[in-house]
Amino acid sequence: MTDAVTDTAPATASFHASDEATARLKKRRASETRLRLYGVIAIALAALALVALLWNIVSRTMNAATEHYIAIDATIEEDEDDFLGVVKKSARGAFPYVSGRSAKRELYSLFSDGAADDMRQAKEAGTLETGEAVPMRFLMSDTADLYMRGEFGALETRASEGALTIEEDGKKVILRAQSGAFADALGLAKAGLAREADSLRRQEARQAVGIATLEQRLPDLTGDERENTLAQMTYFKSEQARFAAEATALDALITGDRDTRLALSNRMASFFVAAHGGILKLTEVSAETALAIPLVPMQTTETAPGGAWSLHILDRPEIGRPVKDRQIAILETLKDEGRIERVANWKFFSLSDSTQPEIAGIKGALIGSLWTMLVTFVLAFPIGVSAAIYLEEFAPKNRFTDFIEVNINNLAAVPSIVFGLLGLAVFLNFFGVPRSSPLAGGLVLALMTLPTVIIAARAAIRAVPPSIRWAAMGIGASKTQTVFHHVLPLAMPGILTGTIIGMAQALGETAPLLMIGMVAFITAVPEGITDSATVLPVQIFNWANASERAFDMRTAAAIAVLLAFLVLMNAIAIILRKRFERRW
Amino acid sequence: MLSMTALIILILTVAGFFMARNRAVILGGETPALLHSRPVYHGGYVCARTAIAGFGVLIVGLILSNIAIRWALYSGLPGGLSEIERDLLVSDGVALASGALASRTDEARQAVATLYGYLSTIQVWGLALLSVCIAALVLARSLGQVAIPFRARNRFERIVQVMLIVSSAIAVLTTIGIVASLLGQTLVFFSDIPVWKFLFGTLWSPLSGVHDGTMDPEKVGAIPLFAGTVLITVIAMVVAVPVGLFSAIYLSDFASARARSIIKPMLEILAGIPTVVYGFFAAITVAPFLRDTGAAMGLSVSSESALAAGVVMGIMIIPFISSLSDDVINAVPQSLRDGSYGLGATKAETIRNVILPAALPGIMSAVLLGVSRAIGETMIVVMAAGQGANLTANPLEAVTTVTVQIVALITGDTEASTAAGPAFALGFTLFCITLIFNIWALRLVRKYREVYD
Repeated sequence: MTDAVTDTAPATASFHASDEATARLKKRRASETRLRLYGVIAIALAALALVALLWNIVSRTMNAATEHYIAIDATIEEDEDDFLGVVKKSARGAFPYVSGRSAKRELYSLFSDGAADDMRQAKEAGTLETGEAVPMRFLMSDTADLYMRGEFGALETRASEGALTIEEDGKKVILRAQSGAFADALGLAKAGLAREADSLRRQEARQAVGIATLEQRLPDLTGDERENTLAQMTYFKSEQARFAAEATALDALITGDRDTRLALSNRMASFFVAAHGGILKLTEVSAETALAIPLVPMQTTETAPGGAWSLHILDRPEIGRPVKDRQIAILETLKDEGRIERVANWKFFSLSDSTQPEIAGIKGALIGSLWTMLVTFVLAFPIGVSAAIYLEEFAPKNRFTDFIEVNINNLAAVPSIVFGLLGLAVFLNFFGVPRSSPLAGGLVLALMTLPTVIIAARAAIRAVPPSIRWAAMGIGASKTQTVFHHVLPLAMPGILTGTIIGMAQALGETAPLLMIGMVAFITAVPEGITDSATVLPVQIFNWANASERAFDMRTAAAIAVLLAFLVLMNAIAIILRKRFERRW
Repeated sequence: MLSMTALIILILTVAGFFMARNRAVILGGETPALLHSRPVYHGGYVCARTAIAGFGVLIVGLILSNIAIRWALYSGLPGGLSEIERDLLVSDGVALASGALASRTDEARQAVATLYGYLSTIQVWGLALLSVCIAALVLARSLGQVAIPFRARNRFERIVQVMLIVSSAIAVLTTIGIVASLLGQTLVFFSDIPVWKFLFGTLWSPLSGVHDGTMDPEKVGAIPLFAGTVLITVIAMVVAVPVGLFSAIYLSDFASARARSIIKPMLEILAGIPTVVYGFFAAITVAPFLRDTGAAMGLSVSSESALAAGVVMGIMIIPFISSLSDDVINAVPQSLRDGSYGLGATKAETIRNVILPAALPGIMSAVLLGVSRAIGETMIVVMAAGQGANLTANPLEAVTTVTVQIVALITGDTEASTAAGPAFALGFTLFCITLIFNIWALRLVRKYREVYD
């Protein structure tokens, strides 16, 4: 035996010290580092997702925190009712040079339909100043507001070196500038044309592919089908020719020399010239001359020296944005005059849903959520606690209680939308609970929250040591007295913590509420549990689906409010747990 | 009116409590120890009986009379109408009677409205009278029972017991309610349409060309929905399982207490975010990002791609997998780890060869529960996945899921009775599948649970 040991000792030593062993050890350590690295990467990914999500919400919410108003003078008659009319009249007064139906319509649509609401409220409160012209503040419409935030791209300003001569020609104005001041604009316009020509060529190529496919199919076809295919081919060919011709026409424009004036269209970038307090929009441009129409009139038509005028470019074509060139000119003028105010958007909390984003708020949804949560709590808390007490303290160990246990665990994992279907079939259709009411929503959410409450309450009751029960029984308390006078109060912090977490889940739940009609568009604030209502998460869903872009940031703001409530509830739960939960 | 009634019953209940308690106090007189039960139990007994009688009659009466009124309204309708027309007629009549907007007003609707107004007046007054009378009667009777030897505490405790049992039975009732309501509509749906056409058909367009609520059996094939659900679930699990599992391993065996105290709450925040927020994130940020990235690489990615919905759903499930796995990994006893270290194994080897095998059933069940969640998840896919039933395995294309179609059917413009059939059939399928996954997960844990010590 001893021999054997002495024999193998050097062998083990060499086994652990050889080059192979070192390599092996290195490999083992590398695999250790690798596993640790995977863990760090996984956590970093999760953190990245969380940060991206929250950053998304917060940055958009910041946008929704303010909104723009236009400050102009308004004269209000004593017995005025048509406040939208006042807004329009004031707008006409402030911009007397805007004439023509469509131009006026563009002017009016700078203002929100909600611009008149302040006046209406002031009248009701008796604080409206009437008779004389007073400075007023009118809410901007959503598209104008988005333009002010730079959502449609920012105006790019080009330096102006040479002098600009201005010559009126009927309604239009001929502009002349030396040293190719408009060459940049011409270049950009031509680049736009080139893009358009490219897209036409692609469409042409697509037609060609279509024709080729049809040609391949042609020999196999007979009768009507052949006729149809032939007709389709003819159509494709005519389209192909049309696209080709249009592209060639554009090519001719693009290759035109720099002194020929190129006609601008609303499919190209917009070019503005600001001079003498006015804003002109270019309609034709060459390197040194341009034809323009005044959107905001100039004070004089004298020659403007270099530096006293400027060229502005907005890259996105007029056709691709809801805010029009005339509106931009007016807004820029207002901005220069300092008549655009950016104001904190407190209205968001005092208004309810609306089709117009600038006057949409979350009050209705907040109150609806409040009512729904009330119903949920009133049902889920007592029932859940009672069930937990029974299962922990009274239930005999038999098949029925086993069945209940299995049921509760399964219910906790049933998809929420199934609870919605249950609510639709049972509460709405069978019991006749009013559709989209907080009562119906609260019933469904209570059933959903019940398993969470029961599981949490059972854990809290189980954590109360048996000595408490024995002591109570020892001084003659009945079983019910023991539970209600001694066990339940000690378990209460734990039960409340679980209930609050369950309520927080219910507050964020959306899918089951869609099933019971809470998705409806409701502008009224619910006054009871049987009124039609909407809730915060459903409001978020509705706004997220809305087509107006200005709803985006309001959706984010509503999410921020929802998250704030969830954080608050969870903080309360944590405080409860930290301060009142006893450990035995 | 009904809330007034409820208030009266409440007042009766409270009054009952004080009357019975005072009576017991008076009966006890100088020697309260003579009473079998303390006065407060006499009060509680009377109070509980009054409340049960009053509110019980009110609620049960309300439910029964609603059903009766509905039956009366339908049986009063002129004959020869389809089911949809009858529904519309009744709902319009009810709307007219309560002063709301109706789709149309005509003689038949007016008749329904008059009948409804008449019946609901009877219902409200009758119920109010009945429930208050019965509550008062019970109050008087149980007040008469107050006596020195009366075993009020035992009676009261029995009532409490029964209420506790009823409360815990609500969980069972909910399950029964789910199964019954889903099954009822589903069976109606399958009486017109063969089950196999639904389960194995490949064309889903149930509401196209529907007349009078009859659907074309060729157009209710749910395979594209199942395929879409599976595709999105697979993408979600590809994201969630590695990230969740590796973070659980890192948290339980590598992270310092300090790192743990930061990372765990972070994962909990991820778990607490409502799904509608994830949906917004998927639709507004992730989907356009993937589309633009794809375009930059020359791929055409749909703006409602399965990838976007799946990835965001995966993010949602990460904390679920990581917290459940963390629990099971922590449940592996330290002695096993120490044994492995004692043999000279590194941490990584211990995890791979000792801890993971021991924790595998728990981890598997976490994954199964995660899958069940992914299948049943609604808001993310409603907001970020497509509506059109598209049978494809390409994650860059738009697919639809079972839950998306349920929402589309129920919240769509189609007459509720028509859309309910396929919606509830899908709901029932969803319920069954998630139930199988849940039970499977529980079984797995129970069957392979290692018993230590």
